[in-house]
Amino acid sequence: MSEDASEAVELLRIPVELDYTYSAGQSASRFLRAIAEGRLLGQRCPVDGKVYFPTRGSCPQHGVPTAGDPVELPDRGCIVTYSIVRVPSENIPLELPYIAVQVLLDGADTVLMHVLGESSLEDVHMGMRVQAVWRPRGEWTTSIGNILYFKPTGEPDAPYDSYREHI
Amino acid sequence: MAPVSDSESSLVTTQRLAYTYKRSLGPVLSQFFTALRERRILGVRRPDGSVMVPPREYDPDSGEAISEMVEVSDSGVVKSWAWVHAPRPAQPLPHPFAYALIQLDGADTPLLHVVDAGAEEQMQTGMRVRARWAEPRGGGIGDIAAFEPATGATGE
Repeated sequence: MSEDASEAVELLRIPVELDYTYSAGQSASRFLRAIAEGRLLGQRCPVDGKVYFPTRGSCPQHGVPTAGDPVELPDRGCIVTYSIVRVPSENIPLELPYIAVQVLLDGADTVLMHVLGESSLEDVHMGMRVQAVWRPRGEWTTSIGNILYFKPTGEPDAPYDSYREHI
Repeated sequence: MAPVSDSESSLVTTQRLAYTYKRSLGPVLSQFFTALRERRILGVRRPDGSVMVPPREYDPDSGEAISEMVEVSDSGVVKSWAWVHAPRPAQPLPHPFAYALIQLDGADTPLLHVVDAGAEEQMQTGMRVRARWAEPRGGGIGDIAAFEPATGATGE
């Protein structure tokens, strides 16, 4: 709607909103409760042994429950791919530009979408070793947001073959 | 399998999925919404002389471009209606109301809007209603807060 009463109305802003209640389910709830304690839980497919993180409770490839014991993963891994974001989005309060990364945690077979900090736009690259930077422990909740961002560790790059199937 | 304890029950959260889209109005509807802000209701005249409210850019029969704007009354007649017993949060009024097709005096087509009649028993096809204007107005269909039953002899 126009904010200046002297000007013609040329545009309507039409909000479309849906309020809903989301039930995370047992598997994601266990993942979220663990991350509230600073632990990262994945689950293993009983058919081929691949580790899903975050876990959804079933293996989408084989259609079987990942019902065994959860697998605890470290908070470090490597960047599989990345994108430099220069376009603002209403729901993302990050300062532009920022680096969106897909991180393959050590021991996981699926990637995690997050943000890279403490790195220049020029330095980010595939295979870069990274580590989670956590919020202060007192602020932890049942949210992936407990990890503020990932930062480079300075370790040698992961070999391409170690993550090529996750690109 | 061990029974599910309380500590294993599902986490639940409330979320809002929201997307605001922008509708560019074009010259005809721009005049309609600008006039609403000034408490005036505009229609458009068709080649046969009849008046459409709300206006459109093209004659629905011939497809010919039309742009002659005509001011109509903010009072009119209910042609059809449906009572909303339990309004949802995004609907125009927080209490029960009628969605109605209202043919304004001077118009030949009905406008879809809201009648704030208080009770379903107060509604009937053919009843006269008059616009209640919103304050403040910003140039949207909500600038008419609702139509209300007009009880005068002429409805004016």
